[in-house]
Amino acid sequence: MNSKFIAITAATAVGMGAFACAALARDQVKVAGSSTVLPYANIVAEQFGKAFGNLKTPIIESGGSGAGIKQFCAGVGEDKIDVANSSRKIKDTEIADCAKNGVNDIVEVKFGYDGIVFAVDAGAGEWKIEPKDLYLALAAEVPKDGALVANTAKTWKEVNPALPEWPIVAFIPGEKHGTREVFEEKILHAGAKATGADKLLLAKAEGKDDAEKKKNADKAAVKVRKDGAAVDIDGDYTETLARIESNKQGVGVFGLSFYENNKDKLKVASISGVEPSLETVASGKYPVSRPLFFYVKKAHLGVVPGLKEYVEFFTSDKVLSADGPLVEYGLVPLPDAERKEVQELVKSGKTLATAAK
Amino acid sequence: MTVDTAPMATEALDSPRSKQAMKARIARRYAAERRFRAYGVAAILFGLTFLVALFSTIMVRGYSAFLQSAFTLDVHLDPSAFGSTTPPSETDIRMADYTKLANRALFQALGVDPANKADARAASQLLSQNADVQIRKTVEADPTVIGKSVQLSLLAHGNVDTLMKGHFDRSVPENRRQLSDKQLGWLDKAAEAGLLGKHFNTGLFTYGASSKPESAGVGVALVGSLYMMAIVLLIAVPLGVAAAVYLEEFAPKNLLTDTIEVNINNLAAVPSIVFGLLGLAIFINFMGIPRSAALVGGLVLALMTLPTIIIATRAAVAAVPPSIREAALGVGASKMQSITHHVLPLAVPGILTGTIIGLAKALGETAPLLMIGMVAFVVDFPTTPLDSATALPVQIYMWATAAERGFVERTAGATLILLAFLVCMNVTAVILRRRYERRW
Repeated sequence: MNSKFIAITAATAVGMGAFACAALARDQVKVAGSSTVLPYANIVAEQFGKAFGNLKTPIIESGGSGAGIKQFCAGVGEDKIDVANSSRKIKDTEIADCAKNGVNDIVEVKFGYDGIVFAVDAGAGEWKIEPKDLYLALAAEVPKDGALVANTAKTWKEVNPALPEWPIVAFIPGEKHGTREVFEEKILHAGAKATGADKLLLAKAEGKDDAEKKKNADKAAVKVRKDGAAVDIDGDYTETLARIESNKQGVGVFGLSFYENNKDKLKVASISGVEPSLETVASGKYPVSRPLFFYVKKAHLGVVPGLKEYVEFFTSDKVLSADGPLVEYGLVPLPDAERKEVQELVKSGKTLATAAK
Repeated sequence: MTVDTAPMATEALDSPRSKQAMKARIARRYAAERRFRAYGVAAILFGLTFLVALFSTIMVRGYSAFLQSAFTLDVHLDPSAFGSTTPPSETDIRMADYTKLANRALFQALGVDPANKADARAASQLLSQNADVQIRKTVEADPTVIGKSVQLSLLAHGNVDTLMKGHFDRSVPENRRQLSDKQLGWLDKAAEAGLLGKHFNTGLFTYGASSKPESAGVGVALVGSLYMMAIVLLIAVPLGVAAAVYLEEFAPKNLLTDTIEVNINNLAAVPSIVFGLLGLAIFINFMGIPRSAALVGGLVLALMTLPTIIIATRAAVAAVPPSIREAALGVGASKMQSITHHVLPLAVPGILTGTIIGLAKALGETAPLLMIGMVAFVVDFPTTPLDSATALPVQIYMWATAAERGFVERTAGATLILLAFLVCMNVTAVILRRRYERRW
């Protein structure tokens, strides 16, 4: 009985080992990263599966830009992912981390832009805001008579007489979202500059030298108030939408594509007089946008079946052009010339390192 | 108590004052008991209200996910679309432009002029972008249909589906609607002519992931969950039962076994994401099992379920009275025989109940799967546990974050499917306990 049991256990272990070995020859592209890029990557993967019947549909993991790049940088090999989606540029520290693990050749592919919009309930009137208004409404400290004081603004009307008399409640992306960085850079920094708060912050900032002072002032400029006027949303845009549906006087931050899909429930605000749309974001007139990327491990090109095809398919005219499926979903397309450049880059396989040289 | 009774002793028991005081005390005691019971009833009502609210929202939102709008169209499979060779080669069949065939059939049915580009584009947006796959599958199943006209039920676009289910607000100004007035006109006409209708949504159970709500289903997630449950059963039950029987029947009572016991109880309370991290480190990074594979998910969930099964099995084994063991030993059975022939069979209902409850917990788990790459967009069905797969709760989580309106009802629909599984499992556990449990 005992020997039988041991034999069975051993057989199971061997069987499982053989199983694992058989799996090592991967025949499927694996992608991970940004949840903003995820819907676009999903569309491409689905179409890819349809167009290339002999290749398997890629697996797209969600989890965030940072997490995706971390996995991407874990090393080269069949058990490591091939592509990292990112809603921001890869950081130098991440490139260094990659290099440490032997991932030296990274191909950076910019495939479009994402507009970030402010929206209110569909029943509301016109909303025209400027970074200045948002700064005065949401920043932790605002300038008053040449000095910085704690923000006590209660309604939007106090901030800008043209805005309605709504209590200030803004649903902004939480710290873990890539969107938060764009919000800080394009809205709060711009607002600090427009209100003159940046100078006051710089004068107040502590630090050994000017560079450090500037850094601390920049950090202080993106501090939002903690009294409930600025609500961090750590979930997704669906949560922001639900918040606005229950609080009809709330203002929310969304991706342009999410807004396009929920136009009947939301009304978008213009920023500095520009309405967000595919055209205004693509032309750069609308100020709050960011590029979207995916990063390809060059060592895997030509090794993992389908990877080369996936990257080429993703950047093809059929997918990326203005009447392609991604733009239909809400991607802001690259200008034609830039798209051609990206296609060239993919063909030549130029990596980040060689691009920098 | 003593304080209360002390004055009583000094007074005559039948004095009117003492009787009155006693009555008052009894009344207070009864009132306290009534309040005590009322608290309990209130607590149950409170919980029930939430449960009813939760279930009814999910039901109201989710029932429509089990219906799907589709166009019934006569699709002419024009031989010229399949290349020049007869019979067409497999590649020709795979690569044929089925979207064009589908659109042609739709234009004809709606009376749209294909030469009018704007109209044609607007009309083609009414069909699902995955309607071509449906036609391709029909042709692949039977290539002889090429050249003939076949009546097919083609998926309508997610926005059309939303309209058909009444979640669409026609009063919204046209430029803020997903469907234009013209498209609405076509749709109303088609619905009247019986070309557009709602059918039972088998796709919800058979399709894999899709970026379009109308062609998204929980198929891959169901298969993935099934694989994982099978692996949990295969690994956690034998290990759990063996560990529990040894600890209960053979192990000496000493510091070491006490430590093990405490740790097993602790393990049952560890946050599930920790098991995901463990799985990532051991199964993926060290053992080299591919990411996103159902095998890894099953192993992680097995580890997570193990303490539950051990605890339940120990309780079940301990509940078998010692007289049974002593009687077996008394007629000459060995210790092992007394366990395998008498104790274990009597403990089986308890073990099964514990196992099913453990499985149900594992079935609803998302957090550990995030770390091992199972929160993913998987289109192809997994054929072995080593292929990439997702799980039911993961699919729900991913749909919940999607922007399209069609995914809202699908999220609730998939939740209903998951709930149905959980209810079935828990009911089975209750039935097993009721029918086979022996009371001593």
